Amino acid sequence: MKKKILCTSLALALAAPLHAAEGDDIAQLRRDVAAMKAGYEARISALEKRLEAAEAKGKATEAAANAATATANQAATMANQVATVPAATTPSETPAPVASGAPSNNNSFNPEISLILSGIYTNTQRDPANYAITGFPVGSGAEIGPGKRGFSLAESELGIAANIDPYFRGALNFSMHPDNSVSVEEAYIQTLGLGYGLTVKAGRFYSGIGYLNQQHSHTWDFVDSPLAYQAFLGGQFGDDGVEVRWLAPTDLYLELGAELGRGADWPGNGAGGNGPGTQAVHAHLGGDIGNSNSWRAGLSYLRAKANQLDLAMPDTSGDTVASAFTGDTQLAIADFVWKWAPNGNATRQNFKLQGEYLWRKQNGVLGFDTPDAASDYRSYQSGWYLQGVYQFMPYWRVGVRSERLSPGAINYGPNDANLAASDYVPRRNSLMFDFSPSEFSRIRFQYNRDSARQDQPDNQFFLQYQMSLGAHGAHIF
Amino acid sequence: MKKTITLALGLLALSLATPASAALKVLACEPEWAALVQELGGDKVDVVSATNALQDPHQVQAKPSLIARARNADLLACTGAGLEIGWLPILLQQSGNPLIQPGKPGHFMAGDYVQKLDVPTRVDRAEGDVHPEGNPHIQTDPRNIAKVAVALSQRLAQIDSANQAYYKQRADDFNHRWSAAMTHWQTQAAPLRGVPIVVQHKAWSYLENWLGIQEVGQLEPKPGVEPTAAHLQEVLATLKDRPAQMIVYASYQDPRASQWLSERAHIDTVQLPFTVGGTPEAKDLFGLFDDTIARLLKGAKK
Repeated sequence: MKKKILCTSLALALAAPLHAAEGDDIAQLRRDVAAMKAGYEARISALEKRLEAAEAKGKATEAAANAATATANQAATMANQVATVPAATTPSETPAPVASGAPSNNNSFNPEISLILSGIYTNTQRDPANYAITGFPVGSGAEIGPGKRGFSLAESELGIAANIDPYFRGALNFSMHPDNSVSVEEAYIQTLGLGYGLTVKAGRFYSGIGYLNQQHSHTWDFVDSPLAYQAFLGGQFGDDGVEVRWLAPTDLYLELGAELGRGADWPGNGAGGNGPGTQAVHAHLGGDIGNSNSWRAGLSYLRAKANQLDLAMPDTSGDTVASAFTGDTQLAIADFVWKWAPNGNATRQNFKLQGEYLWRKQNGVLGFDTPDAASDYRSYQSGWYLQGVYQFMPYWRVGVRSERLSPGAINYGPNDANLAASDYVPRRNSLMFDFSPSEFSRIRFQYNRDSARQDQPDNQFFLQYQMSLGAHGAHIF
Repeated sequence: MKKTITLALGLLALSLATPASAALKVLACEPEWAALVQELGGDKVDVVSATNALQDPHQVQAKPSLIARARNADLLACTGAGLEIGWLPILLQQSGNPLIQPGKPGHFMAGDYVQKLDVPTRVDRAEGDVHPEGNPHIQTDPRNIAKVAVALSQRLAQIDSANQAYYKQRADDFNHRWSAAMTHWQTQAAPLRGVPIVVQHKAWSYLENWLGIQEVGQLEPKPGVEPTAAHLQEVLATLKDRPAQMIVYASYQDPRASQWLSERAHIDTVQLPFTVGGTPEAKDLFGLFDDTIARLLKGAKK
């Protein structure tokens, strides 16, 4: 208040026209002050510009110094002097990000493009064309068995992904099959940082059930998916639908997820009508034990509807007959993975142990020969696999896998007299050896002793390459 | 049993109801940024590092524990420049945390504030694990730390504006101590000027640039590719014409290749901390450079 009065009186005093001559002097004085002010401002801004130029020059010298080691000493000293000036004297100056010299690796606004090239040589003792898992009939769309004999392309994948805007991310994965067909493996959008640990996904995507299901085949440690995955999920379960995930705000990793889907393929057949054909929930816990160990374990549940789903079943005389299943499939999965690396440094040595137990119940009616003559059908079956992969030196890994399916109990109701219920235990043991010259390439050898077909054990050999081109993919745990 | 459940529920409720006034939660990708956040944030921050000094920062996995930490973080402090490209995107996608997404104040990439060296003129994976953005190992030059400190302190003040004055005061204090330390290190390291060295991984460009050290060879045939016998022979041959005074490797690396060359070329290996925690002496950022220079001087004297 006091200041204001003082200022006003000063202004009044200055502005008061005492005498005309004095007034002129004051006006002159004002002009001088204004001119001085403008002059100083110009000089300050010129100085600022010179400082900026010097800084830029310093940085340029710094960069050049690296290329030419001969002048490095002098340049480094110079760059040092210039570079430390802003930090030391004006720490409050707003630091601007340094423009990067080269264009960013994802071609600015173009999406990240990654290509997986994979090829395989398969040698099997028995013809894969009549491959079946005894006692575990599967519906259409299920991929079982070792694939084609001889040389063939394995699944090559083209992936395109990018952030759409600050709210969504989108990804598309084409899969190119050896028979020249192309399928959409995944095409989904996903929210980015919705808040409260929530993520919503919509489109076609691999379900979050179990452990292996969500991983793309090129990140698998073995050439093929486990028998239990083949029998119960048709190799891998992808679906069109929506998913909500919630990550708990705790230091312990706890993630809950729920999915609704169309269920177009095995174990469903698009029987949802206007509603969902599949429903799934999954919960996963995870954490670290010391620096060297990390783990994740989970429970999942999937329910799929089927309507007149074709199942190739053997009758009592051993012949395969057509049958149609209408009802519900319920699948529960318990999964765990444990990874070890000395001090968390996986470069030299690491070990990965993973296992899953799958339990399935089918409940409904089964039409046999004539779909109209449907009768009660119930099955309770299960299966598991356990595998360990050890990297014993950089680039080299060895892995073993063991698996069993349990025929459990099948109740055909009145059809018990016509259809055969097997008590055979399908099993398979595998040995894997792979070499990865870099994180983008891998060459793998695998041997399977496959006893999925009753009384027809099969020796299978695979030699596979998997290469990754383009955008550096980040892999899930 | 009942008590345990009540306790568990209570703990869960506690962890869910994190008070807004609690310390700023920071997830640093590497120990050097965790240490810098600690210097600048004091007791107003609660910082954890995703990796430790004995881990190769290129090779970390998107572990569940890291996803859980990313979920709760107010600020992410990383190097950027492609160093964390194999795991950070998964953390961001799975965290469901809007605060740390790219473009938000909670997304801090130290590499953005530093002029990068070794920017490749040709981006091709045939050249090994090249980073199109340039060499990401910026923390080996304390002048870079000073630049990042200015930007990071302002970021802390922006996110946690209630403690703006506190961060300003700590930044001024750090800057003062850091400038003095840098002068000291530069005087100390004067004998290292022009000293020729061989490095295991191209991780020391910024350190060499700062101290005027000459790099005459690398044990990795291409960046990120493990040393091969054939390439080591080549390095050994070139050392006959251009002798080096020492072989430098980082604590997280396998020293065998360096030792192999050391025995044949009759020069010493020098293990450098590379980041905070890499050696027992490198307890904080000051210790990191004290120890780096001490070890280099020791290597150069012999």
